[in-house]
Amino acid sequence: MFSEFLQYLFTGITIGATYALIALGFTLIYNASHVINFAQGEFLMIGGMATVSLTAMGVPMILAVVLAVALAGVLGIALQRFAIAPAKQADVVTLIIITIGASIFIRGLAQLVWGKEYHVMANFSSDEPIRIFGAVLNSQSLWVLGIGAVLVVALVLFFTRTLIGKAILATSMNKEAARLVGIRTQMVLMLAFMVSALLGSVAGIVVAPITFTSYDIGIILGLKGFVAAAIGGLGSGVGAVVGGLALGVVEAMAAGYLSSDYKDAVAFSMILLVLFFLPRGLFGAKVVERV
Amino acid sequence: MLNRFMQLRLRGLIVLAIILFCLPAFLSNPFHYDLATQMAIIAATVVGLNLLVGFAGQISLGHAGFFGLGAYFTGIMTGTYGWSSVPALVVGAIAVGFIAWIVGRPILRLKGHYLSMATLAVGFIIAIILNNERAITGGPDGMPVPALDLFGWELSSFGQYSLFGIEIEGYTAWYLFASVILLLAVWFAQNLIESPIGRALRSVHGSEVAARVVGVDTAKYKSLVFVISAVYASLMGSLFAHFQGFITPAVASFEFSIVLITMVVLGGMGSTYGVILGAVVLKLLPQVLADFQEVETVMFGLILMLTMIFMPKGLLPTLTAVASKKWRKKAGGAA
Repeated sequence: MFSEFLQYLFTGITIGATYALIALGFTLIYNASHVINFAQGEFLMIGGMATVSLTAMGVPMILAVVLAVALAGVLGIALQRFAIAPAKQADVVTLIIITIGASIFIRGLAQLVWGKEYHVMANFSSDEPIRIFGAVLNSQSLWVLGIGAVLVVALVLFFTRTLIGKAILATSMNKEAARLVGIRTQMVLMLAFMVSALLGSVAGIVVAPITFTSYDIGIILGLKGFVAAAIGGLGSGVGAVVGGLALGVVEAMAAGYLSSDYKDAVAFSMILLVLFFLPRGLFGAKVVERV
Repeated sequence: MLNRFMQLRLRGLIVLAIILFCLPAFLSNPFHYDLATQMAIIAATVVGLNLLVGFAGQISLGHAGFFGLGAYFTGIMTGTYGWSSVPALVVGAIAVGFIAWIVGRPILRLKGHYLSMATLAVGFIIAIILNNERAITGGPDGMPVPALDLFGWELSSFGQYSLFGIEIEGYTAWYLFASVILLLAVWFAQNLIESPIGRALRSVHGSEVAARVVGVDTAKYKSLVFVISAVYASLMGSLFAHFQGFITPAVASFEFSIVLITMVVLGGMGSTYGVILGAVVLKLLPQVLADFQEVETVMFGLILMLTMIFMPKGLLPTLTAVASKKWRKKAGGAA
């Protein structure tokens, strides 16, 4: 009984940590530019796929990870520079369609390069599962949680302690004012996209040994991250982490105790419930709309 | 004033009718007709979606859900329970309209990204149910749907019909039928837009608060247009199911919702004829790109991005703006 519960909890927290990282990526870009980046999931895919294929080519694991993350970072910058920036005054729907176009484009490229098959990545450390009170914990889960926690702390420090982080915050608060005090907002926006791509790709790499990876994995993972961000309240970092973990755990519990067929429906019902009762998510700021 | 609007509306409809009925001259095989019929049905769906997105300014990323509900309702009622088509699609549309009304009330209080997320979630939940209720829907493998029967008269792509003494093939008959449906859909939408309801909707798009200040019951109108666009989708989904003769949960998928909203934005939000053009272009694009097999997806994404970046108002409004500028320049030069 208890071991079963613990098992679902482990699964939920692991996958939830991934959702949290994706949600943080959404949050970062949303805060800096008020764009919902539907291509966020593709960064995950690029991270996982590039690492798998580089290691298969004989590149040492550490170097492969660095290269994959760098590739995703460049992609993030390119996305902002060539697709978002030129659209300047476009409205919400148009921007959504642009990022959807970008995600289709990236997915298409990935399919050309890597084909349609699933790719398997080895666990970072031991394949030996860890047993706790009768439940089994994949050693990779510890990597996901550990790296997730490190990234969250790093992100907090980045925003509170560094000048660049503060510049991103300032730009998100008020773009005009930020420009007046000498912040190069274009540069800041590019940085936000880059950091968000880095986050996504790292999430994609650490989770790849658990979920496998393929060219189209970004769609569903991206959407789940999006749901997590919305549950937490778009634009809130704490919300993204809480939303991600909550989504992962609820999903795993529902799959275990109710029906695995309706696992995904749980995520989408959750977002509806949260939006019905807290129209701005759990931690969303109360925004006063100016008319 | 009213007279002028009447004329304008008729002119657009007449041009569309001429295009639709001259098109068969360029269609040479059943495959072409199949594509053209699909286009007409989907264009009519998009005309309905445009009422919500283009005129009332409310985003829906789950509209395929309503299309899928209509398709499956008709499929199940005619296939499994032996209903005839017309009651199935009418009852289906009423049921879907009711669902949209129930769901729409809490959802439409949300704005912007939150609204798009909520509609996305609704669409997803519908798709997941269609996928999982295998006993009723056939699950991911889909289910067969009988041919369309209109009060005892059966319309099938494989039939032979005679129209005013002319022998026509079943696929041609389907195309003509779908064309008439599209014309009706446009006619209804255009009339709605020019009615007081349409004006109320546009005021909601402009500024909801300002609309409320002048006494527009914004909540009522938003949920009304949500229901109308869902009913459009349901009816077209039903016809699509009959036309295809087979449906899978793909008719309700997130991908299809994205295609629908892209057609609206690409063609030109708020322009009925624009969104029809969007539907045609987006439906043709994969056919054209099929020659490039391998790079199809890449090209599709690229074209989508480039059009939106350089023509954020959409194809038709941009093209007409360019055309009228040229025309004015020419006229100015002559004067």
